[in-house]
Amino acid sequence: MTNKRLLLAAIVVVVTLLTVASLLVGGYDITVASMVDDPAARNMFLISRVPRTLALIFAAMAMSISGVIMQMITQNKFVEPTTAGTAQWAGLGVLATLIVLPDAPPMTKMLIATVFALVGTLLFVGVLRRLSVRTTLVVPLVGIMLGAVVGAVTTFLAGTFDLLQAMSAWRSGGFSGIVRGFYEPMWAVIVIAVLAYLLAHRFTVAGLGKELATNVGMRYEQIVLVGVAMVAVATGVTTVVVGFIPFLGLIVPNLVSMMLGDDFRKNLPWVALVGAGLLLACDLVGRTVVAPMEIPASVVLGVLGAVVFVVLIVRQRRYVSA
Amino acid sequence: MSVLSSRVAPRIAGPVLDGPKASRFTPRMRLAVLSVIVAIAIVCFLFLFVRGSFAFAFPRRLNMVGAMAVAAFTHGLGTVVFHTVTDNRILTPSIIGFDSLYTLMQTLMVFVFGGTVIANTEGIPKLLAQTALMVALATVLYGWLFSGKLGSLFLMLLVGVVLGLAFDSISTFLQRLLSPTEYDMLSVELFGRLSAVKGDYLPLAFGVCLFAGIVLWKRRHHLDALLLGREAAMGIGVSYKRELTSMLMLIALLVAFSTALVGPMTFFGFIVATLAYQVTGSYKHIYVLPMAFLLGFLTLLLGQFVMQHIFYAGGFLTVIIEFAGGILFLIMILRRGTL
Repeated sequence: MTNKRLLLAAIVVVVTLLTVASLLVGGYDITVASMVDDPAARNMFLISRVPRTLALIFAAMAMSISGVIMQMITQNKFVEPTTAGTAQWAGLGVLATLIVLPDAPPMTKMLIATVFALVGTLLFVGVLRRLSVRTTLVVPLVGIMLGAVVGAVTTFLAGTFDLLQAMSAWRSGGFSGIVRGFYEPMWAVIVIAVLAYLLAHRFTVAGLGKELATNVGMRYEQIVLVGVAMVAVATGVTTVVVGFIPFLGLIVPNLVSMMLGDDFRKNLPWVALVGAGLLLACDLVGRTVVAPMEIPASVVLGVLGAVVFVVLIVRQRRYVSA
Repeated sequence: MSVLSSRVAPRIAGPVLDGPKASRFTPRMRLAVLSVIVAIAIVCFLFLFVRGSFAFAFPRRLNMVGAMAVAAFTHGLGTVVFHTVTDNRILTPSIIGFDSLYTLMQTLMVFVFGGTVIANTEGIPKLLAQTALMVALATVLYGWLFSGKLGSLFLMLLVGVVLGLAFDSISTFLQRLLSPTEYDMLSVELFGRLSAVKGDYLPLAFGVCLFAGIVLWKRRHHLDALLLGREAAMGIGVSYKRELTSMLMLIALLVAFSTALVGPMTFFGFIVATLAYQVTGSYKHIYVLPMAFLLGFLTLLLGQFVMQHIFYAGGFLTVIIEFAGGILFLIMILRRGTL
């Protein structure tokens, strides 16, 4: 017990340190002292560093909490927005706005991306229902393939409309362009997080299947729809502001489950915290390795995430047969 | 009923390899008909709708047809053989990351040795060295993956898919670390396209295809035996491990050449193999393999013809194929209800 406490305390300390580091690292030299004396440094801090750090934290929360919700609903530990096609659909939505309404304000873009993400996730849930064999490993395979198909459509459309470069910049989305006035919609993630906490038990029951959920007096379809909608909003907003963040929703909930067990509700705050820490760390690595240029956090995460994913499924086979 | 039969067909058909329906058309006749159609398609592709100078267009088109033949051969045969040795009909070498491994390897070479070294060792020897490295890596990695230590097939496939994603990410990461000049050199190196084929690679590629064809011809009965399933095949004296290793090496070889020539095509092999199983009317490799090649060739010829002359978008054939293949993939999964 004390070990677990120590671990949790360590997590809090590390994430706090990472946050401070994220606020202080960058091309423009900002120290605590210069912020007090130098108005230019203070301005830079407020215009660029604070929004960037907040966006990182919100994006991490959005993706890891989306992962938890999807894992609860599908009862599968390997499902998250990028292994279910949700993020790829949101990307298609972004492209659609670029083609049809190039001058749309960010809010419209987010709305459209969210609608696409919603449609895509519902499609995934629908496909899952038609599968007769819904084993642990088939579900993410199907999701990854769905994502690949949508990705191919996106590439084709982008190529046709000469938007390939815009899309590839989006696909390896980074946090370098985030400044004040651009990231604010991400505060919506807080609402999603609170809702997820309040509804966690319902999602868990819904994950046990339609019969059981109806039996204990729940509107199954409704709660699944609410869950999917929350995931869609979180993914849509994150996608428009930041881009594609692979695997975060998969690694973080699984790591937290290994530490704390499978009580999703109790885990949620830790999931948010660990997710934020991990993304901040990836972003810091990306910022420092090739400074003054940057490698997007999502690329760092893609490497790390894939490795952790493989380790997880190979470990998992001891408990669950495919 | 049809769902059930399509799932168990290869197993049941094992002892009676002559196919799901006894039809009036023997596999041989089907192959002959398709060959004629392909020949007509080649002629149409080469000679119809030449705008401007024939002397300019013809060699280019000839190169393109050559590259299509190589792509159809490598993807079609590679996928069918892969399906046989891994005992699955859904995942293909490209889907589990052979293409990505090739990209990663190319990127690593530029990263480690620098652009100038790569540029100085231009030509066929370099291609051979790269291919050898690719074959070695793929054999070790995928040999381990499919050695059976992981237990379930789904697990192996999922690990394969994710490894593919990881290779892509690592490539992107390393490419970001390259200087712009080096990156330029790499991106020229990395992907051929159907519309801009490197003609000087073609003779070597044909040679490799010929070699692969001979190897497969010699091993056709072993491959047929593997259709019975791993245990049964071992029971009648097929060395599973040896077959697996040698076939993975062959697949790696084919993929390396096809990626160098026409770029990665994730779902192409899947379309071609799936069609070939439906159309051939037999499960014997001696019929399925040529059928896969012909179907792949025809798909590329027709697709490129239509894209070039009707939609004026010749560069996008591979994307269309990806899309169609992906959709077909999903339909197959939905129809069968499993992988």
